[in-house]
Amino acid sequence: MSRGPFEGIRVADFTWLWAGSYATGLLALLGAEVIKVESMAAVDQTRLMSFTIGKAFDGVETSYVFNAINLNKLSVKLNLKRPQAVEIARRLVQISDVAAQNMRPGVMESLGLGYDVLKKVKPDIIMLSSSAFGGNGPLRTYGGYAPSFACGSGLANLTGYRDGTPNPMTGSTDLMSAVTGAFALVAALSYRQQTGLGQHIDVSSVESQAVLAGDSLMEYLINGRVQTRDGNRDRIMAPHNCYRCRGEDKWVSIAISAPEEWSAFCDVMGNPEWTRDDRFADAYGRWNNQEELDRLVTAWTLDYTHYEVMRMLQKAGVAAMPSLSNEEIVSDPHFKERGISTTVEHPVIGKLAVFGVPWRFSRTPARVTKASPLMGESNNYVFGELLGMSTAEISRLTDEGVIY
Amino acid sequence: MPDQALRHLKVLELCRLVTGPYCTKLLADLGAEVIKIEAPDTGDDARRRGPFLQDTPDGELSGLFLHLNTNKLGITLDVTTATGKGILKELVRKADVFVEDNPPALTAEQGLTYEELERVNPRLVMTSITPFGLTGPYRDYKAYELNSHHAGGEGYLLPLHSAEDDREPVKAGGIVADCVCGLSAALATLTAAYVAAVTGLGQHVDVSKQDVLMSLVQNHVCTFANLGELHTRLRRGFLTVLPLDCQDGYVHIGVVTDREWRSLVECMGNPTWALDGKYLSWGNRLMHAGEINPIVQEWVRQFKKEELFHRLQASGVAAVPVYTAEDLAKSAQLRERGFFAEIDHPEAGPVTQPTAAYQFSATPWAGLRAAPVLGQHNELVYCERLGFSKQELARLGEAGVI
Repeated sequence: MSRGPFEGIRVADFTWLWAGSYATGLLALLGAEVIKVESMAAVDQTRLMSFTIGKAFDGVETSYVFNAINLNKLSVKLNLKRPQAVEIARRLVQISDVAAQNMRPGVMESLGLGYDVLKKVKPDIIMLSSSAFGGNGPLRTYGGYAPSFACGSGLANLTGYRDGTPNPMTGSTDLMSAVTGAFALVAALSYRQQTGLGQHIDVSSVESQAVLAGDSLMEYLINGRVQTRDGNRDRIMAPHNCYRCRGEDKWVSIAISAPEEWSAFCDVMGNPEWTRDDRFADAYGRWNNQEELDRLVTAWTLDYTHYEVMRMLQKAGVAAMPSLSNEEIVSDPHFKERGISTTVEHPVIGKLAVFGVPWRFSRTPARVTKASPLMGESNNYVFGELLGMSTAEISRLTDEGVIY
Repeated sequence: MPDQALRHLKVLELCRLVTGPYCTKLLADLGAEVIKIEAPDTGDDARRRGPFLQDTPDGELSGLFLHLNTNKLGITLDVTTATGKGILKELVRKADVFVEDNPPALTAEQGLTYEELERVNPRLVMTSITPFGLTGPYRDYKAYELNSHHAGGEGYLLPLHSAEDDREPVKAGGIVADCVCGLSAALATLTAAYVAAVTGLGQHVDVSKQDVLMSLVQNHVCTFANLGELHTRLRRGFLTVLPLDCQDGYVHIGVVTDREWRSLVECMGNPTWALDGKYLSWGNRLMHAGEINPIVQEWVRQFKKEELFHRLQASGVAAVPVYTAEDLAKSAQLRERGFFAEIDHPEAGPVTQPTAAYQFSATPWAGLRAAPVLGQHNELVYCERLGFSKQELARLGEAGVI
């Protein structure tokens, strides 16, 4: 059985945190052999805690958050502050197709593992360097976490209530940066497949999000206007909001664009008197009077559950979906049927729910094959089988704190 | 001229608005030849969405369309006609990748399914981008970006750490959710294209926007699945998770490690309270966030955002201001990295546009071609590639097919 689309590709993985680890994590889910290089001297913070989920974990092997982001990976311990460890890391790169890292720009170079060095070790290596602001420019040494990226990219300024403060979103911004890095890596792998040439890729997490708000950048660049947050509202559509439904903190999103959607919506509501009001006769009028419109729609949605509103409106060809909580997603019939989530057995934590890749490939499916690695669980395989080191050498280097 | 990473790849796009076009734009910007198919006369709906250059609502002056369709070739074709369908299959035969975003039922009705197109081109990678995927009870449901983002589970969490428990959840700003689905679809598509290049075998890639957006909040979903904890957008009292008020805007301060905490405390002048050992370790600070947050906020209020940004970053604390589009357009950092580029458009003239978040050492981003004017490359594609005569092209135009 195929391991997935990138079977046979090996990644020397020097990443950590979500923005780095999920980029290579995606390649691992897609079948690449990803060897995470870790050390007790610099533990991936997500083994210890999660900033955006709000959890602290005991020790380094109980983080279900680390598990989710590092599925299918192997792990070796190497204390890169030791020259011998750096030498071993270079040998690992020599037998790899990809090297990836997201330390602050300059750190890999100072360790002796910069692109210029790795290129000499493995001329066609593809190296991904991901950082908060990118590898050049006046802010290159500045750091950041997921919320920092949302703030620095302009996303936070666009998200939230019109009368509220800028909102940095969830840790999703880290994963957006990771998907960007993974895309760039696959582009470089495609180029190498055609030409035999490797290269270095420099990803800025802040830019990875700024490009996703391209409409807002274009608005400023062509008309000099600065967009800010505006809740759920759209430039032209109305109704276009979340409406309160029956139950506690239950909401349904409804968006109406075309005239036939509006008339279908009115039909489902039973064509109450107010729907014939001139103010709501066309899209422009509805948009200009949307606060009143939202109140009237809410008076209707309040009598139903969000799923009931969804079913009634979707049947009539109107876009309506509940604002789903994490609890509701887990039991949602469509989510279950799509099967993007599965379970793995983690040697320390036990059975855990996890996500695979969010796409379905008809020929080369991507599978969750194992839980995230325990720290150093692949020392013998990687150092012994792949790099040809003897058991005695591995144990000596362990005693000396090189393999640590 | 430097090489381009995807110059070998031939892509056909039959998509509208944001997600599909953004997916193929990412491929086109890296050198793939993307032929964008638009309906004759009307074209992509994005042409009718703003912002418009100088507020002129013209199909060739939409900033949204210009941004989402750089480096593509543009042709018109009515794929609902029998002749149009035949021409589409000719194009599919010559393509490596076909990206489409029709509702599944329409794809079946029009006979443009993977099973049908695979017969025309067995090496084809076909990516179908839909709101809910090609299977499951919601497969025929409709969703705009608002609905997708809320169905994907992140909307319910926003505004994150809200103090207002009676207000509605909100979506991510702008077109972020649609664009990130396009990015994710581009990764899946390129992965399948890589496999096809290696093995000679094509396949169908089913991209559900809901699945993509759920995967971005997978840690929240898995927190319920694994621990039974419901997450909402209401304030959970984390340490400095929200941007803080400065004199002239907002700055976010990310403090995770003890080293970052000590640096922050030092920047604050080592106040006695902060030296207490009970604030060491992130877990302890999380427990005491209610005490720490207001004090840090009071301290932050005396600074201007840029001043605090540089001061804290110089000490190794991840402080970042909340930037607006104007701040980004004027950013020395983005300028030095060449994040913005001017691209000349036949009707809009030179337009400065954002480029990409990555820099490839061997194959740099190249803004070689502005978004196409409606049908701009009809002659190039139909006459030079497919061998129609100019006269045939004109007749197909008169017949409403092209």
